[in-house]
Amino acid sequence: MTKSNGASPPRPQLEIDGVSLDFGGVRALSNVHFNVYPGTIQAIIGPNGAGKTSLLNCISGLYRPQHGAIRFEGRNIVGMAPHHIARLGIARSFQNIELFRHMTVLDNLMLGRHIHMRSGILSGGIYWGRAQREEIAHREVVERVIDLLEIQSIRKKVVGALPYGLQKRVELGRALAMSPRLLLLDEPMAGMNSEEKEDMARFILDVNEEWGATIVLIEHDMGVVMDISDRVAVLEFGQLIADGTPDEVRSDPKVIDAYLGREHAIRQER
Amino acid sequence: MEKIVQLTLSGIANGAIFALVALGFVLIYKSSDVINFAQGELLLIGAYLTYTTVEMIGLWWPLGVIVAVLLAAIIGVLIEQLVLRPLIGEPVISVIMVTIGLSSLLRAIIGGIWGVTPRTAPQFLPRDTITLFGASVGVDRLWAIALALTLFALLTLFFRYSREGIAMRAVADDQQAALSMGISVKKVWAVAWAIAAVTASVGGILLMSIFGGVSGQIARVGLLVFPVVILGGLDSIPGAIVGGLIIGLLQSFAGGYLPPELGMGEVVPFIILLLILLIRPYGLYGQRIIERV
Repeated sequence: MTKSNGASPPRPQLEIDGVSLDFGGVRALSNVHFNVYPGTIQAIIGPNGAGKTSLLNCISGLYRPQHGAIRFEGRNIVGMAPHHIARLGIARSFQNIELFRHMTVLDNLMLGRHIHMRSGILSGGIYWGRAQREEIAHREVVERVIDLLEIQSIRKKVVGALPYGLQKRVELGRALAMSPRLLLLDEPMAGMNSEEKEDMARFILDVNEEWGATIVLIEHDMGVVMDISDRVAVLEFGQLIADGTPDEVRSDPKVIDAYLGREHAIRQER
Repeated sequence: MEKIVQLTLSGIANGAIFALVALGFVLIYKSSDVINFAQGELLLIGAYLTYTTVEMIGLWWPLGVIVAVLLAAIIGVLIEQLVLRPLIGEPVISVIMVTIGLSSLLRAIIGGIWGVTPRTAPQFLPRDTITLFGASVGVDRLWAIALALTLFALLTLFFRYSREGIAMRAVADDQQAALSMGISVKKVWAVAWAIAAVTASVGGILLMSIFGGVSGQIARVGLLVFPVVILGGLDSIPGAIVGGLIIGLLQSFAGGYLPPELGMGEVVPFIILLLILLIRPYGLYGQRIIERV
């Protein structure tokens, strides 16, 4: 795995290339540019309404930007249907949990394997030969996810009845079950207490290191972001105002402006 | 005693047919939020197509039925693609108006092809009666019950174990999440319409055989879908089955025991509809929607 601090960075896995998105007259994203490198953890931060989730929705195909290109492993994915993008190896979680609430944890995770299932109605129906071997292989992946996220005890529980923190974990698990090469996480720690946040940060690092998945995450907790990210992109009012390592971003005057206000920056200069 | 058995069995038979038709309606509603007012015409399509393959072309009846049901499935998919696909994102009321229009359009097309005068139907289900618990019962009613049960069992297996069936449940549960899992929601809608057309056609074919004829009267049963699904819950498949049976039985008993000049058999389902809307608007098994503000 390569952390991009060497002289010649590898080819980016995800390129956000001049992306602009309008809703009617409102400009949600304006000419956003940055690259995400393989095996890294890329954070996107910014005040509320900065366009972070909009950008994630553009990558996963729920929104279609009017201008610019989004390239995943060299291929432009703007305009592709969301389910098609998922099949390329891009998984995501949602800010407000979007789980299959009426199904069990296990069923939710198995649905993550949907794109990898091949057998049709007939062989699936009689559960024989290839269908059976396939099921076993999928179950192995799902078991790995369950072990990694420490959710053995709730595997048979219906998701809708689980506490919030666990639902967040199951949602991460379902995305992981897709064996994605790129994982998009929209506020994976929102609404958690500090202990749950620590757990989640550990899971994200594990996923990144053990599974080699590239991670793009939106998060508000600056401590966590600065701790686990390789690079941080900062959005404000739909514009990219900074992109760099946590240290670079932390000391960037424009970022300090955006977060603490101009007053603060001026006071510091004095 | 004899009357009770007779009324019960014919109530269950009718109820099973209502349940079949309601099942398709619920599937469409669950996966795409479309309230389909043209469900009755899907029954007619199945019945007239079978009339064509069996009576006019002269196919052996099981073959004729299979051909007719497959054609109906294709028509179901075409309706979804041509009529409802362009309406994605439009307000609910527009979609409802379009399905009402669709029902008139289909009725006109059917009238144009097969005419409006009732036709005598091929009687492929045996017409004889057998004696059950001291009451003589039409064998065709028993066939209707058996066929409906078989279809329910097949569909249950489909939803529980097949990749497509699980994808449909996922879409019904959370569309956004399903998309992010790589599930094609459009394909799921097409499958929902195909299944709805198939179950409605089978209902129409059974009714044709029981009535001994095919006419616009069959589409009237499509209207009974509303009491059934309101009673069972708009988004519940078990609700469609239970609701269908309850409405079938109530209709049968009301028609059998109350003075015939009141025509209560026709009216009772709609009285139920009103009562349910007043006291339990989400139905027996429907999902109670709680909006957090």
